[in-house]
Amino acid sequence: MNTAVCPACVAIPNEKIEQIRTDIGALEISVPTIHCAACIQKIERGLNALDCVLNARVNLSLKRVSIRHNDNPNCEDIIMDTLANLGFDAHLLDDHKLNQNGDDVGRGLLMRLGIAGFAAMNVMLLSVSVWAGADGLTRDFLHWVSAAIALPTVAYTAQPFFKNAYAALRVGQLNMDVPISLAILMAAGLSIYETFHGGEHAYFDAALSLTFFLLAGRYLDHQTRARARSAATALSALEVPRAQQIKDGQITTVNVSDLAINDRVLVRKGARIPVDAVIVKGQSDLDVSLISGETMLATVTVDDQVYAGTLNVGAPLEILVTQTGAGTKLAEIMDLIQQGENLKTKYTRLADRAAGIYAPLVHLLALVAFVFWQFYSGDTRLAVGIATAVLIITCPCALGLAVPAVMTAASGRLFRSGVLIKDGAALERLAGVDTVVFDKTGTLTTGEFSVISAPKGEDLQIAASLAAQSDHPIAQAIVQYGPNQSLLSLDHIKDTAGKGVSGMYHGQIVKLGHADWVGAEPVPNHVQTWLRIGQNPPVPFLFDDMLKDSAEPAIDALQKSGLRVVLLSGDTQSATDRLAKKLGIDDARGGVQPREKLQMVQSLGEHVLMVGDGLNDTAALAGAHVSMAPARAIDAARTASDFVLIKDDLMLIPDCIALAQSAKRRMLENFAIAGAYNAVAIPIALIGLATPLLAALAMSASSICVSLNALRLTKG
Amino acid sequence: MSVLIYLIPISLFLGGIGLLAFFWAIKTKQFDDPDGNAARILFDDDAPDDEVG
Repeated sequence: MNTAVCPACVAIPNEKIEQIRTDIGALEISVPTIHCAACIQKIERGLNALDCVLNARVNLSLKRVSIRHNDNPNCEDIIMDTLANLGFDAHLLDDHKLNQNGDDVGRGLLMRLGIAGFAAMNVMLLSVSVWAGADGLTRDFLHWVSAAIALPTVAYTAQPFFKNAYAALRVGQLNMDVPISLAILMAAGLSIYETFHGGEHAYFDAALSLTFFLLAGRYLDHQTRARARSAATALSALEVPRAQQIKDGQITTVNVSDLAINDRVLVRKGARIPVDAVIVKGQSDLDVSLISGETMLATVTVDDQVYAGTLNVGAPLEILVTQTGAGTKLAEIMDLIQQGENLKTKYTRLADRAAGIYAPLVHLLALVAFVFWQFYSGDTRLAVGIATAVLIITCPCALGLAVPAVMTAASGRLFRSGVLIKDGAALERLAGVDTVVFDKTGTLTTGEFSVISAPKGEDLQIAASLAAQSDHPIAQAIVQYGPNQSLLSLDHIKDTAGKGVSGMYHGQIVKLGHADWVGAEPVPNHVQTWLRIGQNPPVPFLFDDMLKDSAEPAIDALQKSGLRVVLLSGDTQSATDRLAKKLGIDDARGGVQPREKLQMVQSLGEHVLMVGDGLNDTAALAGAHVSMAPARAIDAARTASDFVLIKDDLMLIPDCIALAQSAKRRMLENFAIAGAYNAVAIPIALIGLATPLLAALAMSASSICVSLNALRLTKG
Repeated sequence: MSVLIYLIPISLFLGGIGLLAFFWAIKTKQFDDPDGNAARILFDDDAPDDEVG
């Protein structure tokens, strides 16, 4: 009886001990598309049903799943497969790194906030007795108890401010934490001096409530940042670039960065080409829309040059690496992104701009008050008291609490509607946009094809029957087109990779595929496929990129709210014009190269919102005032963007802009409220009429006002 | 006013219990996922293991 050795163990059933013993592995998985209660349940049920998983818990705020599992070596793979089957993109996070950053800072701030709140409430309670008229020994006693609570509390909880202030002062700069620290220290110092000398006025409650309110702001700020950072890392790590290398007839999965020139690589159907290379075996169609914006599929065969980032939609290809690292098309784009970022005008956040005015002004006021009263009354104690009152009353709660509260409310709302924000300042930048630039393919369109012209009757039936045998995107579009045609049974069906599908129907050869394969003259500027029955003349199917359902209302809403909408596409001018006309966009420019995109976005003004998904948009995304990428954008585009739309709904764009504008309005209102209150309170403090009671009332009232105003954002 | 000698320590002690409860809540990570907690209260199954149907 091992268990009886420790008395506490008796209570634990044996199986539980067994579980604890096998409970060795822990995993953190990032799942950026979790957004609702249903997702939590789906994931937790799915994972908890697995044998190797002991406990899985979703963290919705960070979009993560924490898993404890027994040390079954296959467990990781099983978990990732399960998540993929449930329909969630997921990737493993380095669990070591995570435990060291982020969380601990947040918890530390929360701990300080709790202590400061506890101390502030108690000291406030004691102060009420003093304000109510306690005097003599009772007042001194209350002051001493207050001091006993306040001094250790201030020393511990206000450390974040002291540290920041010290760091700023050491390099000869002034930040918002300098006046905050000064106010807290002077309030505490003056109060302890007064307490020693049996004085009437002590500001312990002010020092503590100031610390409490500002810690609350600091905590909210931290939460918003942690969430944004988590979103950014999750997105940037989502696609780990891997390639299937062929070596001595064996296929191994390697990192793309490990590939060398002249390595052979297999590109499966539906996979992205990982490197710039030349084809050595196979024939296929490539979707180049993410690279150049063109909707036309490129037909490639042996000896053709292919570029990293293009999507292989036809048949498997074997390629020989011709370029790695610098010199690839991808590296060229990365250079452009760098250029774009350098060109971006520096934006100073509203709060920082306000703090830049605020900090020197407050110090100057306090100094003037001290010097004036020192000379006027000759009483240093009085002069210091008045200077302290000025510092306390001008408490930067509007800056330190209201701005973070607005940001938290706004980013929480964005998050719930399916938008990830990677940088808080982006919301402020978004509020000022006057022009919205859209990419075409994949952003306004789905990237899937829809039939715009097709033969009818039996021809269509035959084509659909042939197309049903292939999973090529164009074939899928034919299958989906047309009013419920019944499929015919064909014989000798053959899917020729990179060419098309053929079969026998009533003794005739029927072919569906490339123009040259069936012997037809291609129609210029159109995505197309051809059907040929026996020796009859071939008939064409023409396709267009399918428009997203939300594109029209979104463009409409943007134009109605007075924004200029521009379409910039790498696709041909005629295809771009067609779409622009459909959406009512006047300014449409086709055939734009990535470098030109960046230049055009820059030339369209200072406040441009760029929305794009492809590699060819990435430089423009990085260089624009503010940028957004849809969820299905390639990773480089998502990394370069400030916002990522997790839900595939373009209406989120006008919604985001409206929210950003109301958030900015709230911040300005809060500055106005704070300004108005200071305009009344500062003169009172300057003429020496501010008592601790007045300071406490004024400070709390203004803090609560600005916080409530900020919280209005969460509604509606 | 001598009653203050008792009342203040008592009030601090009671408040301190609340503060300790708050520390416990932080330590057990109950503040790590505010959004998730807001969503979880809407779940019907309090005990997913004994679910019927």
